[in-house]
Amino acid sequence: MDFINAILVLLNFTVIPALTYGSQLALGAIFVTLIYGILRFANFATGDMMSFGTMFAVLLTYYFQSIGIDLGIFPTALITIPFAIFMMILYMLTIDKFVFEYYRIKKSPPVQLAMVSVGVMFVTQAIIRIIIGPADRTFMDGKKFILKASEFKEMTGFNEGLTIKSTQGITIIITLIAVSIMFWFLNKTKTGTSMRAYSDNEDLALLSGIDPKRVVLITWIIAGILATIGGILYGLDKSYRPFVYFNNMLPIFAAAIVGGIGNPYGAFLGGYVIAFAEIFLTYAYKRFFTYILPDALEPNSMLQLLSTDYKFAVSFSILVIVLLFRPSGIFKGKTL
Amino acid sequence: MKQYTNVITAYLIMFTLIIMVGVLQSWSIALTILNYCLISAVMTIGANIQWGYAGLINFGIMGYTALGGLAVVLISVAPVDEAWSVGGLNMMICLGIIIGIILAIRYTLKKIAPSKKRNYLIAFIIIIGILILRIISAPAIEGIESVEPAKTGFLGGLGLPVLISWIGGAFLAAGLAFIVGKVALGLRADYLAIATLLIAEIVVSIIKHEDWLARGVKNVIGLKRPAPYEINLQKSQWFIDLVENFHSSKLALISSVTEKQELLNQLVIDASSVYVKLCFTGLFLSVVIILLILTQKALYSPWGRMMRAIRDNEEAAGAMGKNVVKQHLLIFILGSAIVGIAGAMMVTNDGLFTPGSYRPMRYTFVIWVMVIVGGTGNNFGAILGGFVVWFLWVEAAPIALFFINLFTSHLPETNEIRVHLINSAPYFRFLTIGIVLLIIMRFRPQGILPEKIIKN
Repeated sequence: MDFINAILVLLNFTVIPALTYGSQLALGAIFVTLIYGILRFANFATGDMMSFGTMFAVLLTYYFQSIGIDLGIFPTALITIPFAIFMMILYMLTIDKFVFEYYRIKKSPPVQLAMVSVGVMFVTQAIIRIIIGPADRTFMDGKKFILKASEFKEMTGFNEGLTIKSTQGITIIITLIAVSIMFWFLNKTKTGTSMRAYSDNEDLALLSGIDPKRVVLITWIIAGILATIGGILYGLDKSYRPFVYFNNMLPIFAAAIVGGIGNPYGAFLGGYVIAFAEIFLTYAYKRFFTYILPDALEPNSMLQLLSTDYKFAVSFSILVIVLLFRPSGIFKGKTL
Repeated sequence: MKQYTNVITAYLIMFTLIIMVGVLQSWSIALTILNYCLISAVMTIGANIQWGYAGLINFGIMGYTALGGLAVVLISVAPVDEAWSVGGLNMMICLGIIIGIILAIRYTLKKIAPSKKRNYLIAFIIIIGILILRIISAPAIEGIESVEPAKTGFLGGLGLPVLISWIGGAFLAAGLAFIVGKVALGLRADYLAIATLLIAEIVVSIIKHEDWLARGVKNVIGLKRPAPYEINLQKSQWFIDLVENFHSSKLALISSVTEKQELLNQLVIDASSVYVKLCFTGLFLSVVIILLILTQKALYSPWGRMMRAIRDNEEAAGAMGKNVVKQHLLIFILGSAIVGIAGAMMVTNDGLFTPGSYRPMRYTFVIWVMVIVGGTGNNFGAILGGFVVWFLWVEAAPIALFFINLFTSHLPETNEIRVHLINSAPYFRFLTIGIVLLIIMRFRPQGILPEKIIKN
């Protein structure tokens, strides 16, 4: 009985939040990795691009709410996803046309493209702040919980409750659907295969008649879809604030590199590695051990390895360790 | 002479702009901008050494700036005796343990051949070390932080003159750069950028959350100043006389004695703030000039030529017997130390240390825009970039406001779009900086003042 209670504590406070956060990071990390693998640069505008898509979801949610459209128990933001994705892809293609294409054709070194993406980051941030402002916004509506702690306790009779927020459920399900469709596309369709070929060896791919313009276009479209979905899910789960999205770029980069940059599977798993590490290392285990240990050994300190202030620092330290011992990432990405 | 025309024109335009701010807005604002331009210039000299001379990307400028600021607190603030007596001994033991861990790791790295066993041993040393550190430091930290938490709650510093802390900042930053360099310098360029960016975040989060060190996000205010205080100046006779002489023609026009006295008081108050800022300008300018002379000498010395050779072709330079790894580490340390000086200068100028304000946007990316816009590999260019971009960063909002008013003047005062645009004027600075960077990268990738290679 105590053992199950202990497991429930862990599930409730670490595993489920980590799965949710990990899914959000994973979507961002696949976005980074796709851009890196196919367009060959580290995109420093990642966080702000995610924020750009989310901005439209927020604005449209407010609009739909004002004219009385909603999805009942589901958040209204779900209807806005297609519109937001459309705006995002439009923006990305515009940016690519006016900014990135020139350097790609000139075959500039990746560093130069990364610096250009810093410029894009500044511009995107300005556009976002001019349109929607820097304030913190919540746009979550509909039913808040799938499972409430009190309901769970009544149902099962355990001491500890299990809460599942509806945003957590939605995040995990949508991520799984989006990511499986993407992997199916990359592995099973002709276009997906040509993208992988282009990523592996550009010259050979071009020789075998792959149209680079098409590959780039599809890459931006997939990236746009993933970035928008990731951004909206994060915003639903926490809240939407442009500055936070900019900061999220850092753990997303960490996830992409830990997984092996250029390798989408690695990025997907890397997101969860980072999320679980952050949450497991900063969680106070006192309650867990009170259940699991005999009464005599009951702990009186918090049993927290690191204070939650160092959440970000944990993911960055993991990155540094990975870079030191396995620079190509845990799941072998492009070699350095 | 001809080859310097570009440089001279560019700088003349820049100074005219700053003087225009003085005439149109106020001299105090102009001097504030100039001071920050000079601080930015020191930062860009540091970043330019790394990027322009050696081609190393350092996106961790924020971390070194923060360490420079920390040095000001650690060196110039008077020690808090009570806190030292509560937890000083334990903290000193902790410092000793950290040194012990580092020595132990070095010893294992040297004595045991690379293997899985060695990695596990190092991990073991680190984990045991951290556990001991936590046990020893926990009560001490609690004690230190409970000493007058509203005012101190930290160990304080050494109580030395503030100018020494500028050198201290350089050493702290150099120390961090040594560690980062050892860890990350082997990485490919864009990985290095990301790794340094994240390491800087770690450093800032440690400074933010270790309250016993420098009060964390509670900030340290009232730091020492290398310049006189306004209040003292306003009371000293020689200063009042000076202001009176300076404005004698203006004062002579007024006949009433009380009015004259009032005007003089007002002038003295204005002049005191300008005088203090001028003192800072003088200090900063001398730092910039010393660094400029040193870096120019270095650039055109055999060492500078070697660095350029390494930058342009690592393999060839290595084949010629140059130790690429060692030189990269050296230049990484040098550049970071200069950024550390800039961080200390900035905190001294502000008179307060606010760890919460260190954000990568302002302290890493803007500095990089400065280097790219000004001209990589050219010190005059880098300094000019610091001036131009800082000027834009500060003046973009007023200029944007002016244009918004101009273009929306046909709309009524309460028009929603107009109000919204006027409220978002501050964000136009991001837009300006971004567009300037994109335009420069596209049409003049070498920067305003490109690198000049003098042959014989």
